[in-house]
Amino acid sequence: MQAEKPEWWKTDFGPPHYEQMMHPVLKKNYGKWAYHEVIRPGVIKRVAESGDTVYVVRFGTPRLISIYTIKELCDIADKYSDGYLRWTSRHNVEFILTDESKIDDLIKEVQETTGFPCGGTWDTPSGKYALSNIIHTQGWIHCHTPAIDASGIVKAIMDELYEYFVDMKLPAMCRISLACCANMCGAVHASDISIVGIHRTPPLVDDDAVKRMCELPTTAASCPTAAIRIKAKEKTVEVDGEKCMYCGNCYTMCPGMPLFDPENDGSAILVAGKVSDARHMPELSKVVVPWVPNEPPNWPTLVQYIKKIFLAWAENAKKHERMVEFIDRIGWERFFELADLEFSWHLIDDFRVPPFMYASYRTSTQFRW
Amino acid sequence: MSETPLLDQIPDGPWPSFVKEIKKTAEMQEKLVAEGKDIKMPGSAKGLLKQLEVSYKDKMTHWKHGGIVSVVGYGGGVIGRYSDLGEEIPEVHHFHTIRINQPSGWFYTSKALRQLCDVWEKWGSGITNFHGSTGDIILLGTRSEYLQPCFEDMMKLDPPFDIGGSGSDLRTPSCCMGPALCEFACYDTLDVCYDLTMEYQNELHRPMWPYKFKIKCSGCPNDCVAAKARSDFAIIGTWKDEIQIDQEAVKEYAKWMDIENEVVKLCPTGAVKWDGKELTIDNKNCVRCMHCINKMPKALKPGKERGATILIGAKAPVVEGAIIGWVAVPFVEMKKPYTEIKEILEALWDWWDEEGKFRERVGEMIWRKGMGEFLRVIGQEADVRMIKHPRTNPFMFFEREELVQSKVVDALVKKGAKWRSFKFGEEEE
Repeated sequence: MQAEKPEWWKTDFGPPHYEQMMHPVLKKNYGKWAYHEVIRPGVIKRVAESGDTVYVVRFGTPRLISIYTIKELCDIADKYSDGYLRWTSRHNVEFILTDESKIDDLIKEVQETTGFPCGGTWDTPSGKYALSNIIHTQGWIHCHTPAIDASGIVKAIMDELYEYFVDMKLPAMCRISLACCANMCGAVHASDISIVGIHRTPPLVDDDAVKRMCELPTTAASCPTAAIRIKAKEKTVEVDGEKCMYCGNCYTMCPGMPLFDPENDGSAILVAGKVSDARHMPELSKVVVPWVPNEPPNWPTLVQYIKKIFLAWAENAKKHERMVEFIDRIGWERFFELADLEFSWHLIDDFRVPPFMYASYRTSTQFRW
Repeated sequence: MSETPLLDQIPDGPWPSFVKEIKKTAEMQEKLVAEGKDIKMPGSAKGLLKQLEVSYKDKMTHWKHGGIVSVVGYGGGVIGRYSDLGEEIPEVHHFHTIRINQPSGWFYTSKALRQLCDVWEKWGSGITNFHGSTGDIILLGTRSEYLQPCFEDMMKLDPPFDIGGSGSDLRTPSCCMGPALCEFACYDTLDVCYDLTMEYQNELHRPMWPYKFKIKCSGCPNDCVAAKARSDFAIIGTWKDEIQIDQEAVKEYAKWMDIENEVVKLCPTGAVKWDGKELTIDNKNCVRCMHCINKMPKALKPGKERGATILIGAKAPVVEGAIIGWVAVPFVEMKKPYTEIKEILEALWDWWDEEGKFRERVGEMIWRKGMGEFLRVIGQEADVRMIKHPRTNPFMFFEREELVQSKVVDALVKKGAKWRSFKFGEEEE
């Protein structure tokens, strides 16, 4: 017979209700905000119709954080923001202050305790933008399919571009994202600048592992270019090296299909994606650098490529002109020249799978009633 | 010599270091265990660092393929992970992740967070991600035998934290900060996110679908949670009537802002006019891109007749290419209890569950089956707003009922000929 469940036992209770987590001034003015103003980098003043005012102060985090750092953030929240804090959709942390005079002390204390910098905001009215945090993934810290690390590269890039996080000196929004493999967890397929981990060698099929651990039809079906053929008699598969473009999806399905090569794995760099509908419709990112090697712990070549692309845009774009809008104006030929990038045959699309019809679908909320 | 010479080079530089976070966890746990605190995996943060150092040296991952672990009663929410250096670094032999469902908009009290940290200090590595890309709190690294007691401790918290989604299920919905802080919010994103999460707890905890399904809620087309790119079902706030204009506030902006060049000339449809005295908007021609509202938030506001546009199908490139979601429902009212949204979701899931292939995302299935069938399933009429332009080829399907009766049709019927049909779930004649 099944044991009696204890009275505290429950399932399907979901997350805590957001109202329990809401600062009283936010609860009082919920849905009744009049306007906002970015009063300095990292600090957003939000004024309600009632006249109530809060100051939202934003800090960059490494996303991977210790529970002891979270506890420090909680102590700071108790001291400055009545015990309330929130995270943003780009892994930044925000405190909600009602007293403007405490902002300087808060910034100092967060920096001294956790090392987290204040910034990551933008002011559309004046057209001054900061670079915000880099959306990224697990990499070698926790995933089994990565072609690059995530945290290490993000740290190296943000160290290099740090001044753009803490100050609002960019002409427009620039989102940088990273995914450690072609699964592209996160936002790399729609960011201004993206880094994607890629392989360059086909899987080295481990027949014994395939036989023991894999379902052959699903392994074969996982291949977008139909490069995998089932060898039914031997209960394994073979890969047509001429069709394989090293996406790694078969390894996701089958442990017998590893395709790691430390010397040939690396990053591709994409640009000109966007999600917001402001001015220009949303766009998918496009590859502009086919491959850069893994160079842990600081990835100098990759960082220099990113900086070169970032500055080519930042120094030449007009106010509000995001990467895709900038390239629309100057053209890809001038972009490759300005960013000092080499154009090679790898950048000419030959992935035959996505249907042509998709280009006619409205991937945007921009339409007239 | 240091055990981690490569990683030791990382903390230089101003951006906060993840290596410092891992080292800090290891040092604190070592200290607390010495003081007698009940911590089950005190060496795991240090173990993680050791393994990462080997990865930095070898330039590849050292996590083994896959791993299926869970808590009792659920099929998703825990990502099993085993090290291939388990013999050398036994502290990370098991290193499973637990996804914890975040509150809507990632709002927290310090009290709730501290409690959660205490549970994770006891049962796990003490390392987290705030947050995973889908939105969950990520508890990074524990052993199989601690999963269940860790979850049980989370049930006992006030408020308790439940597990989020993984596998072929409804993943954890997420939303922008919406009406809690933003004057642009066109509907209550936090409430919709919470309501859908609660309504579909079963679909979230017990994977039963062809593949994953994500919902994200953005309050306006700025789309601060990137719903258009990162969710199969993106609910994006919008409005139907006129942008609200405060002419006095516009004049204040005009004192310092170059409205002609930075607003009027950047409007994608030329709907905004400014004559130096008055700002006018041709709302019939406005596509609600948000640019003018973003530029002059004190003067311009979304209209009063509010709701949402639903974009369907977004996903990353595997298998058939990356998708940004496209218009499936131009306008839907967002009134509690969100019946219309739920009817669409449930009809879609029924269809996808029946017809979807193994690991076929909803977007790919609509590509395969056609918008005609999809629209019938969710009960929507085709609308020109769903496309950027009409098709460029004449290869259209027609259903039998659309044809004029003729001798040829009669002959085909007599021979038992088959037609493409966009109906789903109806009996064949």
